[in-house]
Amino acid sequence: MPEPTVFELSSPGRQGAYFPEPDVPRADIPKSIMRDDLPLPEIAEVDVVRHFTRLSQLNHGVDTGFYPLGSCTMKYNPKINEETVRLAGFANIHPLQPIETVQGAIGLMYELQEWLKELSGFDEVSLQPAAGAHGELTGVLIMRAYHQARKDHKRVKMLIPDSAHGTNPASSAMSGLKIVQLPSDARGNIDMEALCAECDDTLAGIMITNPSTLGLFDEHLQEVCDCVHEAGGLVYGDGANFNAIMGISRPADCGADVLHFNLHKTFATPHGGGGPGSGPVGVTAELAPFLPGPIAAVIDEGSEEEPPLYSLVNPKKSIGRVKAFHGHFGIMVRAFTYMMMLGGEGLRAASEHAVLNANYIQARLRDTYTIPYDRICMHEFVAEGHWEDAPGIHALDISKRLMDFGIHPPTNYFPLIVPEALMIEPTETESKETLDVFADTMIKIAEEALTNPELLQTAPHNTPFGRLDEVKAARELVLCCWLPENKEE
Amino acid sequence: MNFPKELKYTKNDEWVRVEGDDGTIGITDYAQDQLSDIVFVEYLVDVGESIDKGEAFATVESVKAAADVYMPVTGEVIAINEDLPDAPESINSDPYGEAWLIKIKISDPAELDDLLDADAIENLERDH
Amino acid sequence: MFLPHTDADREAMLRTIGVEKIADLFKSLPGEHLFPELDLPPGVTEIEALEELQHIADANETTGELISFLGAGAYNHYSPAVVDSILRRGEFYTAYTPYQPEISQGTLQAIFEYQSMIVGLTGMDVSNASHYDGATAVAEAVNMAYHNFRGKRAKIVLSPGLHPHYRETVHTYTVDSDILLEGEHTPLDAGPQALIPLIDENTALVAVQYPDFFGRVHDFSKLIEAAHEAKALVAVHVNPLALGLLKPPGDFGADIVTGEGQSLGIPLSFGGPYLGIFAARNKYVRKMAGRIVGETQDTRGQRGYVLTLSTREQHIRRERATSNICTNQGLVALAAAVYMSLLGKNGLQQLAELNYHKAHYAAEQIASIEGFELAYAEPFFNEFTVRCPKPVAELNAKLLHFDILGGYDLGEAYANAGLEEHMLIAVTEMISREEIDHFVEALTEVTNA
Repeated sequence: MPEPTVFELSSPGRQGAYFPEPDVPRADIPKSIMRDDLPLPEIAEVDVVRHFTRLSQLNHGVDTGFYPLGSCTMKYNPKINEETVRLAGFANIHPLQPIETVQGAIGLMYELQEWLKELSGFDEVSLQPAAGAHGELTGVLIMRAYHQARKDHKRVKMLIPDSAHGTNPASSAMSGLKIVQLPSDARGNIDMEALCAECDDTLAGIMITNPSTLGLFDEHLQEVCDCVHEAGGLVYGDGANFNAIMGISRPADCGADVLHFNLHKTFATPHGGGGPGSGPVGVTAELAPFLPGPIAAVIDEGSEEEPPLYSLVNPKKSIGRVKAFHGHFGIMVRAFTYMMMLGGEGLRAASEHAVLNANYIQARLRDTYTIPYDRICMHEFVAEGHWEDAPGIHALDISKRLMDFGIHPPTNYFPLIVPEALMIEPTETESKETLDVFADTMIKIAEEALTNPELLQTAPHNTPFGRLDEVKAARELVLCCWLPENKEE
Repeated sequence: MNFPKELKYTKNDEWVRVEGDDGTIGITDYAQDQLSDIVFVEYLVDVGESIDKGEAFATVESVKAAADVYMPVTGEVIAINEDLPDAPESINSDPYGEAWLIKIKISDPAELDDLLDADAIENLERDH
Repeated sequence: MFLPHTDADREAMLRTIGVEKIADLFKSLPGEHLFPELDLPPGVTEIEALEELQHIADANETTGELISFLGAGAYNHYSPAVVDSILRRGEFYTAYTPYQPEISQGTLQAIFEYQSMIVGLTGMDVSNASHYDGATAVAEAVNMAYHNFRGKRAKIVLSPGLHPHYRETVHTYTVDSDILLEGEHTPLDAGPQALIPLIDENTALVAVQYPDFFGRVHDFSKLIEAAHEAKALVAVHVNPLALGLLKPPGDFGADIVTGEGQSLGIPLSFGGPYLGIFAARNKYVRKMAGRIVGETQDTRGQRGYVLTLSTREQHIRRERATSNICTNQGLVALAAAVYMSLLGKNGLQQLAELNYHKAHYAAEQIASIEGFELAYAEPFFNEFTVRCPKPVAELNAKLLHFDILGGYDLGEAYANAGLEEHMLIAVTEMISREEIDHFVEALTEVTNA
C-alpha cells in the first residue's frame, strides 16, 4: 500500500510541534513584508512519526541487508559514530565561535588531517569539500591554479580514462579544461601508447581512479605517473576506491599529486540516502599553497603544562572557499571515531578484507558469469550480466531479481566500457555466510535466466513496489505534491 | 531499420531532405531506436541564426541518454518544429515525417556531396 | 574491528580464490611501496573511543553553556525530538542514493515531500533534492543562469548583502570561466536599487539575499523589474525560517530561490553538514543541477517515485553536464522535511514570529545603551546590525567572561566598507528575555570598563 503524502495527511488546525508564547513585548510586523498564506501540511506529532517510520520501512539500507553496490563502499556504519557526533560539544558549537572556545573541534580536524596524510602519504589536507565530486572539483581547480601560478597558461588538457566515473569529466569541464578520453588496454589498464601520445606541453594532468572502476590496480601506474610528470602535467587520484589500499599502498608514494578521499565510503560514515558526504583533498607540498581554506593548524606548540593552540588558517595562494564555513564537521567526527577505533593496523586489515571478500565472490561467480578482466581484483570487480543463450536477459533483470532475495543490486551499467556491467563491491564488514548467500543467489538467478527468463524480466516480485515507469515520470514531470497554479510556459 | 531513399544522411544519424535551397533535418529511425523512449527535445538555436556544419543545434533525450543533434551542412535556420517539445515521443513513432527538427536555408549545396545515401548508412549501421 | 571473519573463514576463502595468503592479493601493486609502515596509534574499543571523544568534545564551549548571539548564516535553533528520532532510523541513514526505486521508496517519497514543501515555502514551481549548502546553491544558481543564456551573457551581479562566504565560493567556482562578477562593492546603505545601473543586456543573473547578510528585509520589486526588463534572471537567497513570516520570493518575481536550510532543525555542528536549498520557475526545471524526484507508477499500478531528469546529470552527460554534482544532502533534506511536516503551517509561522519579537526586543534594548545604535532602518527578521562605540573584537573578548558569545564582528569581512565597529546580532527562540537583559547589562559594563 503506497503511503499518503504529508499533504494528504494534513487537516487544517493540526500541529506537531509547539513553541512558547513570547516572553517579550510583541513588536509591530509591517503588513507589507508579511506573506498571505503558508502552504505547509498540518499534522499531529504521532502521525508525522508514523508517516516517516512507514516510509523508512520501504527502504533497503546496510542495516537491513547486504548492499554490494560497486564504487559506493556500503560498509557497516558503526552505531557509536552516531553517538559521538551528537555529543553536545560537537553538535552545539557555532562555526564562527572564537577559536579558544572550540579547541576540541579544531583539534579533531587537525588530527583527522594528520591521519589522512599518514594514510595517503600527502603533505597537506583540506577538509573543506562537501562530497567526492566536490573534492574532485577542488582538486582540478588546484591543478589549474598551480599551472596558472607558473604562468603556464597553455595547459588546458585533462586526460581521463574511459572507465572513469562521470564526475571526472564534469569536474574538469567546470574548471574550463578540455577533456581527452583515454582507452583501456586488454587487461583493464590505461593504454600506455594513447597516453604517451597525449603527453605534451598543453597537458594539465590526468585523472586516475586507482584501483580503477573495474576494481583493478593499474599495472603501469608508475609509468603513467612518470609519463605525465615528464610532460609537466599533474596526476589527480580519485580516491573513491581508497578502501582497497589503506595501509597497503599510498597514492603519494606511487606518484599522485592530489587526491580526494570519500569519508562516506572509506571511513564508514553513513551514506544518508544520498549525502551528506565529505570529500577532503590531499596534496603534495608543491600544491599545498593552493588548498581551499580554512585548514586546521597548530599556531602555538604549547608546552608540558599548556596544550597546543589550534586555529583555522588559509593557505597563501588558496583557490578560495568551495563552500561556507569549515566543511562537513559532523561527518569528520564520525570518520575520526571510526579511524580511532580501528587504528593503523585495523584500517589496513579493513582494506585487506575488503579485497579478500571481493576476490572470494569473484572466484565463486567466475564459472557462471563472464568476468571481462579476469585477474586478481581489488575491493570490487565487474561481471557481465548477460549470456548468449539467454538473449532476453539484461543486467537490469538480474539486479531486479536480486531484490526478491533481500539483496541490494550491484551497480548497473557502469563502467561504460563493459557491456551489461554488474559492479560488485562487498566491503570488508560482510561475513563469509553473507557472501555465500549472495554467490548462491547469483548462481540461482543465472539458472533462472535460462529456465524461466520471465521471472527475471518481471522482477521484483517480493518487494513493496514493482518496477517504476521512468518514461512516464520524465514525460509528465510531476515534481511536487500539487501542480503549480500559474504554470508558466 | 528504415532509411528512406530520397534522404541524405550523416554518420551521426541525422538526415536531410533537400527541396531546392531548403533542407529539412531530423534524426534517423536507427537513432530513435538506440535512444529508446524519447522524453525531451531542446533547441540550442533560434530561427534566423546561421549555424556551421557540425555544430549542435538540438538535444534529444530519453530517460537513459542525451544526444546532441548536429548540422549536416551549414545553413540559416528558417523554422524549428514548435510541436516537438510537447510531443517528443513522435520522434519514436515518425522520425522522418511529423518529427522533423529544423528547416534551414542551405548555404553551400556542395556540402551535400559529403553526406551518405540510404544504402551507405544502412551498411554502416548494420556493422554496428 | 567490525570484521566478522574467523581464521577458518579466511583460510576457506583464500583456498577458493587460489592464493595462499592475503598479501598475495596485492602482487600487482608497486612492490617498493607496498605495506608502508604507518605512524598511527593502535585501535581502541568503543568504551575508550567514547571516553576520548567525550574529552575532545568537552574542550569546546557549547551554545548550551554560553548565551549565543552569533548568527551570520548559522543559527542556534531548537530541533524537536521527532526530527532526530527519525534521522536515527538505519533504513534512512544507511541507504545510498535511490538508484533502485523499488527498494528506495522511503527516501524517494521523503525527498518528493521535501521538494513540495520547499515549493510551498518559497513560492517557486520546482525544487531539487538539495545542494551541499547555501554557498554552493548560490554558486550553482550562477552556473545555471550562465548556461541558460548559453554563455552569451557573461555578467553576474552579486549583491554586497550576500553572505561573504557565498560570494567567495562563487569566485572560486567561476575563476576559470569568462563570467564577470560585479556589484559587490556597491555602497551597503544604498539598498538594492544601487545594483540597477549595473544591469544590462550582458547580465545573466542578479543575486541577492533575503533577509540580507546584515539582517535587512529589502523590497526587491524595483530591482527585479529592472532585471526582467533586461531579460536577466534574479536569484533570491533565503533563510527558510524567515519565510514562515515574510513574503515568499515567488510573490515578488524571483526566478530562482536558493537558501541555507540549516535553520530547519539542523544542528550547528561547527558549520556542517547543512542544506543547500534550490528552487526555480518551471521553465528552468531542465537547467537545474542536482537530483530531482518525480512521481510515477509501478507495474502494479501503485503511485511511486523515481529520480527523474537524470540526463542533465554528470553520469550521462559527462563533460557536457553543466554541473558535476552527484551526492546531495539526502539525510539533511530528510531532517528538513520532518521538521517542516511537524511544525507545519502554524508552527513555522509561530516560530518565525517568536524570533521576530525576541530580536526586536533585543534591538530596542541594545539601541538604548549609550553609544550603541541600529545601523540600518530597514525591517529585519531575527538578526540586525548594531554600531558599537568600541571595536567588536574587544567587546566580544570581554563578553566571553559573562558566558556570552557576542555577535559576529562585521569588521572582519567588511573592513573596507566602514563596518569596523559593527556587530551582527542574532536572536532566536533559544534566548530568553532574561538572557537578553543580561546581554544588555554586560554590553553596558564592558563598554564602560
